[in-house]
Amino acid sequence: MRYSALALLRHALTDNRSWTPAWREPTPKSAYDTIIVGGGGHGLATAHYLAKEHGLTDVAVVEKGWLGSGNVGRNTTIIRSNYLLPGNTPFYEHSMKLWEGLEQDINYNAMVSQRGVLNLFHSDSQRDAYARRGNAMRLAGVDAELLDAAQVRAMVPGLAMEGRRFPVKGGLLQRRGGTVRHDAVAWGYARAADQRGVDLLQNTEVTGIRIEAGRVLGVETTRGFIGAQRVGLAVAGNTSRVAAMAGLRLPIESHVLQAFVSEAVKPMIHTVVTYGAGHLYVSQSDKGGLVFGGDIDGYNSYAQRGNLPVVHDVMECAVQLFPAMSRLRTLRQWGGIMDMSMDGSPIIDRTPIDGLFLNCGWCYGGFKATPASGWCFAHTIATGQPHALNAAFRLDRFATGAVIDEKGAGAQANLH
Amino acid sequence: MTRLASGGRIDRAQTLRFSFDGTPYTGQAGDTLASALLANGVRLVGRSFKYHRPRGIWGLGAEEPNALVELREGARREPNTRATTAELFEGLAARSQNRWPSLRFDVQAVNGLFGPILSAGFYYKTFMWPASFWEKVYEPLIRRAAGLGRAPEEVDPDAYERMHAHCDVLVIGAGPAGLAAALAAARSGARVILADEDAEPGGRLLADRQEIGGLPAADWAAQVLAELAGFRDVTLLPRTTVFGAFDHGTYGAVQRVADHLATPPEGTPRQRGWTIVARRAVLAAGAVERPIAFAGNDRPGVMSAAAVRGYLNRYAVLPGRRAVVFTAGDDGWRSAADLLAAGAEVTVVEARDAVAPAIAEAARGARQILGARVAGTAGGLGLAGVTLTDGQRLPADLLAVAGGWNPLLNLSGHHGARPRWDDALLAFVPDAAPPGMAVAGAAAGRMTLAACLADGAAAGLRAAEEAGHPGQPLALPRADDEPAGLRALFHVPGRGKAFVDFQHDVTADDIALAAREGFRSVEHAKRYTTLGMATDQGRTSNVTGLAILAAATGRSIAETGTTLFRPPYTPVAIGALAGHQTGRDFRPTRRTPLHGWAAGQGASFVESGAWLRAEWYARPGERGWRDSVDREAQAVRRDVGFCDVSTLGKIEVVGPDAAALLDLVYANDIASLKPGRIRYGVMLREDGFVFDDGTCARFAPDRFLLTTTTANAARVLQHLEYAHQVLRPSLTVALLSVTDAWAQVSLAGPRARTVLGGLLPGVALGNEAFPHMSCAEVVLEGGMPARLYRLSFSGELAYEIGVPPDAAAALADRLLAAGATPYGTEALGVLRIEKGHVGGGELNGQTTAGDLGLGRMLSRRKDFIGRALAQRPALVDPARLVLVGLLAGAVLRGGSHLLAPGAPATTAHDLGHVTSACWSPHLGRMIGLALLAEGRSRIGTRIRVHDPLRGGDTEAEVVEPVFIDREGLRSRG
Amino acid sequence: MRILCPYCGDRDAAEFTTIGSAPPPRPAPDAPMAEWHAFLHLRDNPAGLHAELWQHSQGCRQWLRVMRDTRSHAVAGAEACRS
Repeated sequence: MRYSALALLRHALTDNRSWTPAWREPTPKSAYDTIIVGGGGHGLATAHYLAKEHGLTDVAVVEKGWLGSGNVGRNTTIIRSNYLLPGNTPFYEHSMKLWEGLEQDINYNAMVSQRGVLNLFHSDSQRDAYARRGNAMRLAGVDAELLDAAQVRAMVPGLAMEGRRFPVKGGLLQRRGGTVRHDAVAWGYARAADQRGVDLLQNTEVTGIRIEAGRVLGVETTRGFIGAQRVGLAVAGNTSRVAAMAGLRLPIESHVLQAFVSEAVKPMIHTVVTYGAGHLYVSQSDKGGLVFGGDIDGYNSYAQRGNLPVVHDVMECAVQLFPAMSRLRTLRQWGGIMDMSMDGSPIIDRTPIDGLFLNCGWCYGGFKATPASGWCFAHTIATGQPHALNAAFRLDRFATGAVIDEKGAGAQANLH
Repeated sequence: MTRLASGGRIDRAQTLRFSFDGTPYTGQAGDTLASALLANGVRLVGRSFKYHRPRGIWGLGAEEPNALVELREGARREPNTRATTAELFEGLAARSQNRWPSLRFDVQAVNGLFGPILSAGFYYKTFMWPASFWEKVYEPLIRRAAGLGRAPEEVDPDAYERMHAHCDVLVIGAGPAGLAAALAAARSGARVILADEDAEPGGRLLADRQEIGGLPAADWAAQVLAELAGFRDVTLLPRTTVFGAFDHGTYGAVQRVADHLATPPEGTPRQRGWTIVARRAVLAAGAVERPIAFAGNDRPGVMSAAAVRGYLNRYAVLPGRRAVVFTAGDDGWRSAADLLAAGAEVTVVEARDAVAPAIAEAARGARQILGARVAGTAGGLGLAGVTLTDGQRLPADLLAVAGGWNPLLNLSGHHGARPRWDDALLAFVPDAAPPGMAVAGAAAGRMTLAACLADGAAAGLRAAEEAGHPGQPLALPRADDEPAGLRALFHVPGRGKAFVDFQHDVTADDIALAAREGFRSVEHAKRYTTLGMATDQGRTSNVTGLAILAAATGRSIAETGTTLFRPPYTPVAIGALAGHQTGRDFRPTRRTPLHGWAAGQGASFVESGAWLRAEWYARPGERGWRDSVDREAQAVRRDVGFCDVSTLGKIEVVGPDAAALLDLVYANDIASLKPGRIRYGVMLREDGFVFDDGTCARFAPDRFLLTTTTANAARVLQHLEYAHQVLRPSLTVALLSVTDAWAQVSLAGPRARTVLGGLLPGVALGNEAFPHMSCAEVVLEGGMPARLYRLSFSGELAYEIGVPPDAAAALADRLLAAGATPYGTEALGVLRIEKGHVGGGELNGQTTAGDLGLGRMLSRRKDFIGRALAQRPALVDPARLVLVGLLAGAVLRGGSHLLAPGAPATTAHDLGHVTSACWSPHLGRMIGLALLAEGRSRIGTRIRVHDPLRGGDTEAEVVEPVFIDREGLRSRG
Repeated sequence: MRILCPYCGDRDAAEFTTIGSAPPPRPAPDAPMAEWHAFLHLRDNPAGLHAELWQHSQGCRQWLRVMRDTRSHAVAGAEACRS
């Protein structure tokens, strides 16, 4: 069933009684060519691109809960490709290009909103650091502009620029950055993959990975064993636990990241703004809620909830930037579990086990990567080789030293 | 007016003026905005989110989904404020929101006609063509239409603060269970905090006509509160909402200190954010009545039956004279009885086929229709009549709906526990709670008064005991358990919109559509329809919604499950969470001991992390900062200058094993350093990249003083402590940060020794007695103890002088008097770039010692942190970017990238970037430091400096990264 | 969150700084690179009891080895690394 304004009209005339499910609820087959573990954004995108780009449709996505129940449904919805290092920039720009054509590709309105991402800076040295990044973006064909204080003021009404700690001196702007309705990404990819024949197996938890003679044979699940030639793991937050079923030990720690949304108000912030003198990113959803995020809590966690110190810190930053916000109210807060890698960058690669592939380590930047992650993971699984775009995201880079450390924070997971 | 002639807890002697949408009204002290509006006969209060349906007041408190207003005006405007929780004050001004041009006539109400098209998730299915229209056309329209109230546009004039408290027992909610719990705990000697969101504690005791121990229930509540107030260790926090249960007994609460006043009194915050650490907590948050979904159940005049009792009994307001009570249980009959007592004409529409005779008898003045259901309502902007499923029409201006109760067990689920559906209670009840929390009273499913009192008393007693206080069992006063029979009734199917989530306009049809489209998981259905995601957080809608979802998917409610509860319990003002840490107090400001002196000398200051540092000292006649910086830098090169370097981290390392520890953390050798000497040192991280650089001065065999970069001072200390305590715990060594204990001044320039000699008459300062890289403890003329270091960051003959902070200004005065020029951080930067010393641009955490030309410092003779992993192939790759100097004719800026001349400007040809750049007054041209691929072999060639972000594109000559005195003769001079 | 510091008693976790998992003992200087790599980068990352390092940075400055459950955050114990 194709979605369109006309379809809406037609169904309205029949009281919306003839809409059909967005995806099937299939019974697992005994074996598939390829199994993707994890029905989140990255897993569903991988399934879609396996089918669309590589013609692989004998594919199942195995999800322990409901589709999109992981971090794709609990992030701050920001997309951008404003990366510094050559291992990252082309990958994220590919993601941005896929976002730009996503809705037409999957026939689902995920509300890709290119309203701009503005990183504020507060000192000359920070300006130069952002210039280094912006110039790297321009060399990679990514849009980037350096705004001075007056331009920032004009772009973000209500932003407190002066008369307080860390006055705003300007910002690095990527106009093509913005936000996407996060749940819709999972649902849109799910529906598109399903329509190409991919089986989406919800409420099916992987309990083991069957390996013989160094080769993967399939996965044990709460609904029995399912065979597969190839198994791809896309279970960020839980990667260490699932990979341990295959005997792998990874350069990853699980940490909680909180996010917040305020009560809905009329439009007041028209772009995504990040603070350069504290940890805050804020945008306003189409429904009117201000969506905030900050730093991870900092301790290892598998609990999807955080603590007050980060709440306080994020709200201090919010009021510092937008003093009028103090009278608005936070409505909900939640936590997601992040794969914090040892250099702050992801892994999309083969593993030492034949047929077992790994997609993990997204830290708290995985949402924006969803399309390119799925696209590159599909390529890696289908061809057995990483694509040039994910060639730097190798599992062995920690051993070789070819790390991709945007922050220069070193091998400590909670600093990235 | 619908104010009853007597009764209620309002102060009839105190009349307050207020306005709604500009119309003036009066109310009484003790009113909420909602009760005052109802007392004035105002039923239409707001418009809904999607269809802009007219809406009135549904509830009595925080559960209110409909009656949201913009409270106050201008910089104090608060959008989306519940009229049911806003206490009335003199001069209160409120406006309706999300309507245009007016509340009574709202153009967007036309949306209602398109209801079938604007079904659940409709926006995911359209607005996709053409792609570019989303940002330009569709999204702006959607954004404008959405969003309820307007945020204020000015800086909030009110103050906020944060507060911390500890207690034995935190009691959350001061209804019957909470009061009993607090009393039991207090009498047991526990330190108790009793928090209640209402202005007046008491909960339902204030809303219902009941008796406890022979007293009217509200009087009993007052008596208990009076007793609690007499305990020294009991803190009563009215107007305080405990909004979150965090780890290890930590609770977040917000106290509305001054929201009931027109403006906060001087020195009083508007709100206070509490962090309460409690050994035990008793959650006694009560329960809230749920609506029933039927067509037109949202019309102004349709209210919660229990809320109607509250308006009658607490506020003496009769919300309607011709009332229909639609109930699925015994509780609705109490509303009928109270309405009758207040003089209303009442019809009871009871979903059950029979009720106990005593219940019917208590409402004998009412018309009673059993086994019936309301199918629809009539009226324009307010209720005029009710239609039953059998077609019967009843004229009515009030429809009181009693669908059963939802326990407010939210906080019990904040650690992830899912509640359990109780088929007998027809409610979710807590199955588990965070460690240390007990749930009592209606929140735990005890729906009757005597049971609440007993449950609360037992929970309070147990909490006190668990917190270490021998319990004093409470003699419970006599109270009755009222009838609480109920049948399951969530939805009356029929034509027309039957609302489940009033605020978000989620209808029963929307939930059925979600189920039809495969959004069968409760989380999917919530997200697809937005059920429960409005500002009332699903208080009234969630259970009804998932009952409908369960029916639509052929499952039981227990099988369907519920969504998780998350903080905050009710929306919390961002200001209360931020506290006072905003504006200039956002973060601490560190000032050096010479700050005041520098300000007196005309310095301007720059933020450097938490520090404020003097960046330059403008002098008369200078046309801009460059003039000042050039003059200061040249003064150092040609004469002598001095600079405040107090912000450098200073760590004292003392003990017999001090050298052994430093040998572990420095990449270069320290053990061989002789007392009285200084060595430049580099620290690596364990991953082999450079961590920090600085100097290490050895004052005695067992005593060192390290300096760190300003940015890394705290991290280096932590790193040293880690190396000691975790890696080498057997070493005997002590570490102390003395950054703040020494004011430090760098005195640099050809005349530095002369100036210094004036401060140290008779002390030999020549190269033999005090060569470059020496340190000593000295006494300056006048008896000032000091530490003297012969060090050079500028490349000139230079000393650093450390003195106690309160002696710093006197030292600076003497240096000034001796003719030295004060210079700031900008000139300091120029001097270090000219000399090729690395700084923040180069020490960026991504560089190796080899990259920075420091590779030969890495000791081959010892183990040190970072040694092994610095050998990884990618860290010793000859293609890495390495430090070079750049000489340019045109402007050179940090952050520019480097390309081979003629190469295309693409990532593939990116050779590196400029890390630091400045105008060199010494050379009379722009110079820079850069990280350049295979940079050593490019020295002597030209490179393109590409800065598209700022429109820069020039060429520069690649040179050695040192622009002055490569042999180091000046500093040794 | 609260941590029972062996020196300072029950204190708010905001006074502490953590670097995450407690690594295994630091390898010998001449250990193979694979051992150094595992030491610095590879983590068990358990969902359950977890040995981790915290420093009481705004208290006694002691580095502590804390045993904490990463699902419930229940702290089983904390001891000074030096002891």
